[in-house]
Amino acid sequence: MTKFINKDTRVVVQGITGSQGMFHTRLMKEYGTKIVAGVTPGRGGQESEGVPVYDTIHEAQDNHEIDASIIFVPAPFSLDAALEAIEADLDPVIVITEGVPVVDSIKLVASAKAKGTTIVGPNTPGVIKAGESKMGIMPAQVFKKGNVGIISRSGTLFYEIASQITRVGLGQSTCVGLGGDPVVGLDYIDMLKWFQDDPETEAVALIGEIGGDAEERAAKYIKEGGFSKPVAAFIAGRAAVPGKRMGHAGAIIQGSTGTADSKINALKKAGVAVGELPGKVAEELLRLL
Amino acid sequence: MKLLEYEAKEYFKQFGIPTPMGKMVTTPEDAAKYVESLGKPVVIKVQLPVGGRGKAGGVKFADIPVEAKEAAKQLLGMTIKDLKVEKLYVEEKVGIVNEIYLGVTIDRNRKQHVVLASSEGGMEIEEVAAKTPEKIVRFYVDPLTGLRSYHANYIASKLGYRGGMMRKFSSFVTKLYTLAVEMDAELTEINPLAEVADGFLAADARLNIDNNALFRHKELQERLLDSYQGELTEREIEARAEDLTYVELDGDIGIIGNGAGLTMATLDSVMIHGGKAANFLDLGGGATPERIGKAVKFVLRDERTKALFVNVLGGITRCDYTAEGIVAAREELGLRKPIVVRMMGTKEEEGKAILKKNDIDTLDSMEEAAEKAVKLAGGDA
Repeated sequence: MTKFINKDTRVVVQGITGSQGMFHTRLMKEYGTKIVAGVTPGRGGQESEGVPVYDTIHEAQDNHEIDASIIFVPAPFSLDAALEAIEADLDPVIVITEGVPVVDSIKLVASAKAKGTTIVGPNTPGVIKAGESKMGIMPAQVFKKGNVGIISRSGTLFYEIASQITRVGLGQSTCVGLGGDPVVGLDYIDMLKWFQDDPETEAVALIGEIGGDAEERAAKYIKEGGFSKPVAAFIAGRAAVPGKRMGHAGAIIQGSTGTADSKINALKKAGVAVGELPGKVAEELLRLL
Repeated sequence: MKLLEYEAKEYFKQFGIPTPMGKMVTTPEDAAKYVESLGKPVVIKVQLPVGGRGKAGGVKFADIPVEAKEAAKQLLGMTIKDLKVEKLYVEEKVGIVNEIYLGVTIDRNRKQHVVLASSEGGMEIEEVAAKTPEKIVRFYVDPLTGLRSYHANYIASKLGYRGGMMRKFSSFVTKLYTLAVEMDAELTEINPLAEVADGFLAADARLNIDNNALFRHKELQERLLDSYQGELTEREIEARAEDLTYVELDGDIGIIGNGAGLTMATLDSVMIHGGKAANFLDLGGGATPERIGKAVKFVLRDERTKALFVNVLGGITRCDYTAEGIVAAREELGLRKPIVVRMMGTKEEEGKAILKKNDIDTLDSMEEAAEKAVKLAGGDA
């Protein structure tokens, strides 16, 4: 399993010369992330936000020691970018890009699995280790170093709950956005396994939403004893209607599967404190810790 | 994006999948003309983006041109599930020995394509799965090898085919899988797949394309807005045309948020406080004042909206832009519907100052704001 990220993680930004890539490279650097290189094919030799740009990861590796990659390239080119990062032994590979075709995500996830690489996303806000490093687009000001790990499928709801955790006087360890697409690299269970062994995490906030059954499977895993630290959860979409995609490609109730009630019930049965409103998650964590 | 049967069958033919002879027509005369040229009995099927056409009387049979003309006339006058029938598919009637089901879809958990096949075609596969799950063959495809011919042979033999029929079914499966991958299908299914005396034919065709992949299928991208007919409401189609991520609901509180999860949680909060949302509108990330204004106008214009609740968590979305967008939209519309805003994060103070100057309330907590929105909507009732 990956180390995920910390203050020493050396990062390459793929798609560093695009507007998103530039903007977030600046914010990540401000937060303390060690960004050592950028890649944009055809822009090799330039600089972006004070970071040297290369045409390929291979070339960047000839000049720098690199551990991990964050990808901002547009959807049509994201599979290629991610495969390049996997082949170059970078880990984790974080795909921020929204709108990646599912067929590409399937190929990407299978290639990563064959190599043992951790893929976060696509369509993820990324990963942050509070107070040390962030590889993502989350607003830094809502996070404070602490002992709560966060796993979330959504972005802004994740920031909302993180800010409330901070407001009640707690803080965060490592926080991971899984991504809002139907097929993503990381699941809740992968992260629960990781948090179980992470000495800096003492409790977990699990933020889910309608669609699929990843939350139900996480609940089963917790119930069977796979994860022993306290968990508080929030599931968005109780007011959603079946058959409609609620913003995220993966947020859709199909037939009778993927409802918020099914997820909430499964988590409750596993002994997880499920907040009725997002604000209750922080209160529950305060009680549990 | 859901394709109609006749559109799906055009792709089936491109991928070499055997389909009965057929033609899409829009007039009874053309239906008759086609039957004349075919010289065979036909089945005439309405082309609509909704299921259950058989039960609704949208399928008729005809042996000769004059019958086809009459049948087509009746079908073209029909309205099924609020949709007027404008297109028909006239197809040669085939001698079915057995009705099979074959589909390729994506398994979210396993992150793979799955091929589903069953000897129980003709009925809903969900029904087969519930009643006789042993009659469904599921094959998960390794994305790194793809579906090889020995995989397809395995599926065919599981369905009981031997010899030449085994090879024919296997080839059918391989072609449908290839189409699913190359056409970026979220789902493609044939139900029923007709087993005929000497092989197999796709008697029906369903093909749903991943909207995120339309950049690879430019010819479909142009038809995207048309394809929403029947799938989305009028308001939703209007919103798509304005590039807004919008879902229509049946309440009276307009909801605008940034990010899918937060916007959904906003609907939930309103529901918990006893209110009902009129819509879901996700601004996405980094919206400009213009985009926010467009969204606000869209929701306020809706006569069902009694109050508007805007919930923005500023990361890459700026609270000051949000405030500017709201104020400008309200001015432009000249409507005085109550607006509740909750904003936090980037440029929060600036945003709140703009709103305060324009007499729009802001609250710090999402829960309090939801409560207030419910109260304001109720006050108007």
